[in-house]
Amino acid sequence: MSYSDTLRTALEAIRSHRLRSMLTMLGILIGIAAVIVTVGLGKGAQAEVRSQIDKLGSNLLIISPGSTTTAGVRGGRGTASTLTTEDAVALSTSDIAPDIALVAPVSTTSASLVAGTTNWTSSVVGTTPDWLTVRARTVSAGRFLTQDDLNQARPVAVLGPTTATELFGAQSAVGQTFTVNNTTVTVIGVLDSVGSSSSSTDEDDQALIPQTTYASRIATGTNRDSVSTLYVEAVSQNSLSAAYQEAQAALATAHGVTVANADFTISSQQSLVATATATDRTLTVLLGGVAGISLLVGGLGVMNIMLVSVSERVREIGLRKALGATPSAVRRQFIVEAGVLGLGGGLLGLLLGIGCSVGLPHFINQPVQISPSAAVLAVVVALIIGLFAGVYPAARAARLSPIDALRSE
Amino acid sequence: MTVPILQLRDVRKTYFGGAVEVHAVHDVSLSIEEGEYVAIMGPSGSGKSTLMNILGCLDSPTSGTYELAGVDVSGMDEVELAQVRNRRIGFVFQQFNLLTSLPAWRNVELPLGYAGLSRAERKTRALRALERVGLADRVDHKPGQLSGGQQQRVAVARALVTDPAMILADEPTGNLDSRSTEDVLTLFAELHQAGRTIVLITHEAEVAAVAGRVIRIRDGQVDQRDPAGAR
Repeated sequence: MSYSDTLRTALEAIRSHRLRSMLTMLGILIGIAAVIVTVGLGKGAQAEVRSQIDKLGSNLLIISPGSTTTAGVRGGRGTASTLTTEDAVALSTSDIAPDIALVAPVSTTSASLVAGTTNWTSSVVGTTPDWLTVRARTVSAGRFLTQDDLNQARPVAVLGPTTATELFGAQSAVGQTFTVNNTTVTVIGVLDSVGSSSSSTDEDDQALIPQTTYASRIATGTNRDSVSTLYVEAVSQNSLSAAYQEAQAALATAHGVTVANADFTISSQQSLVATATATDRTLTVLLGGVAGISLLVGGLGVMNIMLVSVSERVREIGLRKALGATPSAVRRQFIVEAGVLGLGGGLLGLLLGIGCSVGLPHFINQPVQISPSAAVLAVVVALIIGLFAGVYPAARAARLSPIDALRSE
Repeated sequence: MTVPILQLRDVRKTYFGGAVEVHAVHDVSLSIEEGEYVAIMGPSGSGKSTLMNILGCLDSPTSGTYELAGVDVSGMDEVELAQVRNRRIGFVFQQFNLLTSLPAWRNVELPLGYAGLSRAERKTRALRALERVGLADRVDHKPGQLSGGQQQRVAVARALVTDPAMILADEPTGNLDSRSTEDVLTLFAELHQAGRTIVLITHEAEVAAVAGRVIRIRDGQVDQRDPAGAR
């Protein structure tokens, strides 16, 4: 019997027991849909984390100062003021660090900004024009800080959208002034909003001023040139680790320390991505495991029904054997039938899974990203489960003696 | 023409039930010639079912030889026997054994599928066989839509469709009323006229009477009191 005939016979047998076939497929269907949705949830969460991290700037290295130890109590990362604007200049020198494209030093303090009768406490950030590129931000109104602003130490500021609204309400902030630490500052631009961010600071609520202005008018403490963070952008994604090595070596040399006991820490976005991905992967594996078990149960369901089907159709098997079906033809018929049930359940499960993946984000605040490879794999697995579930029932059918089978009622 | 299409020599079938050996059939020798219409008759328990299973290649004899169309089938394995059944034997059963979900012509073409014929060829031959049994207008009817006599005629068409060496009918009228019985027996008579070899197994004397020769089975042996029987 040709394969197309075997397939037709299997389809006819499935069609003649519609309800039973549907219930059998339901097990596989739910399993496959669960696999597709869980993998989609995992992928969606990963993509979201990655996009949030990308918002901080791509190819980014973040250099923080080391910790201080006061009376035996070690402060946290960044408590020491070991990084300076000279470090930023050193890192931007291309022959020391050829893989570093841009460096943006950042000094931050919290200060009260006063505009007329309104006041608002925000982060005042001293930085350089490169900040905009390094942090992957854009300006929605006015302009960003220029090298000229920096050289002249002008009292100008670019505000985050939240800060601008809090100080000046609905009216345009550009051209307005506010005072901070008794210094009158003119607003020259407003940043685009980035929305919420994974970091604890609100990226939309800050006032950026030239680093030189910050050093002369805002900074307190002994070293007015000290910076709280250096943002370093590598030339490309591939040169990120080279940039890391160069920054590490250059700063260690500049500070006269060895790399092993460096007074600074370099972290990269890649390590954040890796951590986030690992967490998501654990979750995906866990949920996928549960979905896999339900798939296995679905497979057992197919096997169970195939056994019932074989014992119900003993006479038919006997007749087919009497008419010349070889044991392997009978075996093939039942394996194909089980495979079709598995494949059918898999395809319906795929539809349900895609439907859920599209519908779910409307109900829960979680993105779901359908993975085409997982979808194809799930359907193939469903087919294989069906075929395997058919092996034992089919072997039983093939073993039946035609005499006993024909005699049964 | 006296060519034996079927020849049994000292065929014995023994079942081992615990400590007891049961000789369901022992030392049966018979031959049937091409074009013969033979009835095998015997009461229940006579071993005629066992004999019919052996004749139908559904079972192998414990000892002895069985030649069908010149080929010794007694030592064949399951796969070879399936092929012999497919090509050489057309079965007609008491219970009709039609697949209820398939229309008549699909029931008739079933054995041709196992013979590996193309779908078009199968349909042509199935329709021709149905026409031969007078059901040309019922080819798309499912068994449930046909009377008992018509169902049995579909089964006869299915037996004919492979152009077998022998039609082996096991109590073909056992489930039929007298009119349908007559119908089916007339059909067999016509097929015999056309040169078919027919072996009819029955316990009813009036059914056996239509055959050209009656072989009586008693206690697992050919009844020697019947002079026409063993040859």
